[in-house]
Formats: sequence, structure tokens, C-alpha cells
Amino acid sequence: MTVSVETAGMAATVQKARRRKRIRGSSIAIMVFLTMCAAFVSVPLYVVIVTSFKTMDQIALGEVLSLPTEWTLEPWRKAWFEVCAGMTCEGVSHGFWVSLKILFPSLILSIGISSVTGYALALWKIRWAGTFLFILFLCAFVPFQIIMIPLVVLVSSLGVYGTIWAVAIVHSILAMPLLTLIFRNFYKDVPEEIINAAIMDCGSFWKIFFEIILPMSANIMIVVLILMITTVWNDYLIGLIFGGVGTQPMTVILANTVITSFGEVQYNVDMAAALLTAIPPLVVYFAVGKFFVQGITAGAIKG
Amino acid sequence: MPDIEFNNIQKSFGRLTVMRDLNLHVEDGEFLVLLGPSGCGKTTLLNMLAGLQDVTDGSIVIGGHDVTDRDPKDRGLAMVFQSYALYPTKTVRGNLKFGLSAQKLDRAEIDRRVEWAVNLLQIDELLDRKPAQLSGGQRQRVAIGRALVKNVDVFLFDEPLSNLDAKLRAEMRLEIKKLHHELAKTIVFVTHDQVEAMTMATRVAVMNAGVIQQVGTPDEIYERPANLFVARFIGSPAMNTLNATVVRDGGGIGAVHAPTGTRADLSAYAFSSEPKEGDTVVIGLRPEHFSVGCEAAKALNGASGARFSLPVRYTEKTGSDVTAFLDSGDGGLIAVRFDHKHHHVPKPGEKVEIHYPKDRFDVFDTGSEKRI
Repeated sequence: MTVSVETAGMAATVQKARRRKRIRGSSIAIMVFLTMCAAFVSVPLYVVIVTSFKTMDQIALGEVLSLPTEWTLEPWRKAWFEVCAGMTCEGVSHGFWVSLKILFPSLILSIGISSVTGYALALWKIRWAGTFLFILFLCAFVPFQIIMIPLVVLVSSLGVYGTIWAVAIVHSILAMPLLTLIFRNFYKDVPEEIINAAIMDCGSFWKIFFEIILPMSANIMIVVLILMITTVWNDYLIGLIFGGVGTQPMTVILANTVITSFGEVQYNVDMAAALLTAIPPLVVYFAVGKFFVQGITAGAIKG
Repeated sequence: MPDIEFNNIQKSFGRLTVMRDLNLHVEDGEFLVLLGPSGCGKTTLLNMLAGLQDVTDGSIVIGGHDVTDRDPKDRGLAMVFQSYALYPTKTVRGNLKFGLSAQKLDRAEIDRRVEWAVNLLQIDELLDRKPAQLSGGQRQRVAIGRALVKNVDVFLFDEPLSNLDAKLRAEMRLEIKKLHHELAKTIVFVTHDQVEAMTMATRVAVMNAGVIQQVGTPDEIYERPANLFVARFIGSPAMNTLNATVVRDGGGIGAVHAPTGTRADLSAYAFSSEPKEGDTVVIGLRPEHFSVGCEAAKALNGASGARFSLPVRYTEKTGSDVTAFLDSGDGGLIAVRFDHKHHHVPKPGEKVEIHYPKDRFDVFDTGSEKRI
């Protein structure tokens, strides 16, 4: 009994000490600043979420911050199945499947190729490797808009313009410089003696990659995977330019629905469609976000 | 079984040449230790032999085949690395098998070799563990096992014991020596630790600044160092080297150390070329050859080649023996090692009489630093 009382007392003192520490001018300023930052994103997000559950009658009243008086899932159903984007009225669900079809080839192509190029640049003695890296570094910072028109010509000469493959290939190519740099920097931390031992044991570029290096790459794979999923899913411009009718990703469909409404603007449906589009990367992030943080720190120190 | 030849090896990194015209012959079945301080080029030489670094000029011949331009895996070598370099995602078994499956051996042969190495090194309990679950000594064994299973005739070791604690290092030293004895393979072993070199090698090549200073058996290197670098590098504490002037008088040839006025009697020394009167030389005295006290002089029975009577600066006890550092009068120190059971340990400031046997001197030319 005495023991527990003592511990409770101690806990109280500790808490007091902590509390005293916490109340300082600078920490108040920081808290206010952070709260404002959070509000900057979360208030609009809150409005989007509540609006998507409201009926149009309530929205017409104009009280954007109030909770729905009558909760309805109808806008979500409409957004998914019925909403019109331009001439077609298939809902954003069509875009969802197209986005998925774009996502997988993009991921496989970009990660597959850039992990190998990063491995080669980091662990094999390659002539002009330094120059290559410098050029890659420059490429990683060239804005896509600058090379957009030549790319369109290039892709159409490949005969895939307007298909899912056009979007996937362009995504992979544009991601390659950055991903190669990321992989290269990760593999640079693999101890030199391990690669030397592997070279003496077998000497095969591919066998060393698949049997020794790839199994060591789980951390960086997750980082790159999340990076790519968010980039590809959230992209609008590439999908708009390289996707044809019926092969445009979810973001483009969403934009079209919001922009081209006939008659009354259905805010609740628009909001629901926007949320539906934003959910997939969030799901991925929540599912493997823990590994993402681990991967970043592990990569920073050592694999 | 093959021998190894380095012919006129040159190695440059960009414009910096670190090795010129290096020649070395490693006999069949020999345990050759490349010994030298950090940065002397010994690991570079080993990596060139392994094929992990390119040779700028010259050739490397293993068993009569020029392997200078061959891939590392085609040279018939196995290597044990300083950090063990085990594959972290593979089990011990996977580590041992990796090199063999790359050679496309059939499964029965692979299993047979793995089992043989595992029994030899007594690591059968570790087979299904990952390297992270092993202790330093166990990793070392696995690394050696990974080299053994390849069934090659030449093994390369790159400072494999430097990450182990002192006790384990002594054990592994014995074990590697035993392996060499049992398998009778050629071994090239790189180290900066002279104890490893002296205890394991059949021959030692002492390197400094990219140049091989001396090649010889451990005894030769210790007894007859070819130059001042080898003399100072081998032995612990290091050899005392005193500048002296040659005198020739009625008692034959000698050398006088000016600060102490001591005359070293070199009449028993086998000169390869006798110096002239007045030449300056460096005489080397090993700390462990000194005798301490007046009685010691009697024990030497007229064989005393030099007598010093100097004050003690400080002493170091290392269990069984004591090293005393005496003030040589010119700011330098003379280290003297003796068995402390037979003597009292002198206190700092106390004068001690020491004698050096006349058949134990080493004499070097001051200019060329070579043995004369």
C-alpha cells in the first residue's frame, strides 16, 4: 500500500516537472504555429468530408461547417457509379480501375529497372559511373512540362499513345532518375567486402543481385513503393495528356466531373468523388507507413 | 598445387603510383604472411591477387597460368575477409552453398563438401542460423568454412583476426595453423600484427610504402633484419637503435655511442662489408637480449659486447616480465626487457647496469639504412 502511494506520489512529481517544462513561451508559440498548420489542411478536409454526407437541400443553406442534419450515403453511391465525366456517365469507378491498371505496370517497370541500375552504379565498377550519376541528378530536376511535347511525339511514334501503356511507360521513365539515385545511395551502404565475397564466389551480375542484394532491400523497396504509388495515383497531368478516351486515370475523371456539370452543381457528389480518389494512397500509407518510416531511417544509417 | 608469382607489379591510383616493380614468389603449400603497417599496400597486393583490384602493369601467375586478366572467380582462389563479409540474409548453410551452386556442382557434391567443412570447423549446430545470430568467433569460422568448401588450392586471408578479442584471436591463430597443416594448401595471409606473422607463417614478407622490405622465415626476419625498418617493426618492445661511430683499434672493430660513451664490441658480428674507421652506423640492440646487473656480466663470461650504466626513466610490467626504459643521455630511451622473478624491479631514477651479448648486435648503414 505504502509502495503504491509512493509511486503515485513520484508519478505526480514527475508529471509536475514535465508540465512545468511544457509551459514555456517558445513552446506555446510552436504549439500555436503547428495548430494553425494542422487547421490549414484539416478544416477544408473536414468540410469536404461533412459535405459529402449532406443532402443538397442542406448544402443550399450555406453552413459549410455544420454537421449533416441527415446523414446520407447517396452522394457516395452516385459518385462511384453514376457521375458524368464529359460524355460518359460511369462514375469514378471506371477511373479507379484504369488507375489500378496504370499503377501496376508503372510500379513493376520503374522499380524493376531502377533497382538494377542503382545496384549496377553502386556496386560494380562501371566506366563513367560518376558522369552517369551527375546526368541522372540533373534529370531528376528537369520539370516534366518542359519535355512534355517531345515526349508526346516520342510515345506516339512507339504506337502506344492514348493507351494505358503510354501512361505507365511515361511514369516509369520520369521516375527512373530519382529512383535510381535512391537505390544507388541505399546500395552504396552495402559493405564492400560482401560484394567482393560474392564476386569471388560467383561473379554473376544477376545471381548476386537476386540472391544477395535483393533480399537485403526490403526497407528501401517499401519506401520506393509508397513513393511511386502516391506519385502515380495522384498524378493528373501525365494521365490527362497520355491517356486516351476510356484510359484516363481516376484523377482526370474526377476533374472532368467537377468541371463539367450540367444544371445544378452537386457539391456533395463532387466531394464524395474527390474523397474516393484520395483514399487508395492513404490506405497504402496507413497499411505500411510504419515500414516507411523504418525504411527511411534504416536507409539513412545502414541497410 | 600451384605456386604464385608476382612479376614486376605496378599499381597506380590515377596519377599516384603506390607500388612499382614489385616481385614476389610464393612457394607451393607455403603459409606466406604479408606483414606491414596500415597503408603499406599489403591489402592492395592481396586484392590484386584475388582480382578485386586491377594491376596497372606486370603480371600475376598462379600455378603456371597467367591470371592477370582473369575474373576473380576463375582464379582458383578463396578469400576470408576482415569483416567476414557473410551474406546477411542467408543462413550459414546458404552462405556455404552460395559459391558452390554458382559453380553448378551437383547437389550431392555440394552437400558432401558442406558437411566436410562443417565437421572440420565444428559448426554443425549453427547451420540454420543467420549471421546476425552468431558471435564473432562463430562468424569467423563460417567465413573460413565458406572458403574451404570451394576446394581450391590457394587461400587468401585479409586480416581475418583483427576483429576478435585477444583470447579468441590466439585460438583462431592455432586453428588456422592447424588447417594449413592438415590441408597443405598455399595460404597468403595479410596482417599488421607481428605476433600473427611470427607464429603462423612459414615465410614472412615485410612491406612498407608499397615496397617489400624483406622476405624470409620468421627467424630470419627476427634474427637478421635486412634493414632498419624491418628491425624496428619486428619485436616488441621495438629494437633499440643507436647512432654510433666505427672505431678500429687493438681490440678489433667496435662502435662508440657518443652520448653514453659506450663502446660496442662488434668483433663477433659477421659484416657483409666492413665499415671504415669513422663511419657512422646504427647499431640495433633487442630489449630482450640485455642482461641486468653486475652478476649478469659474469654470467656472460666475457661475451659482453656493450655495457651501459644508465638511470631508469620508467618501467612497464606485463605479467611475467618487466620493460625498463633507460635514459640514453641524448633524450632517447633504451628499452630493456627482463624476467622480473630474477631481479628486483628498478625504480625511476635508479641507475642500472646492463650488458649486451656481443654476438647479438645488428648493424646498419646510417645512409642506406641497410644491414651491413
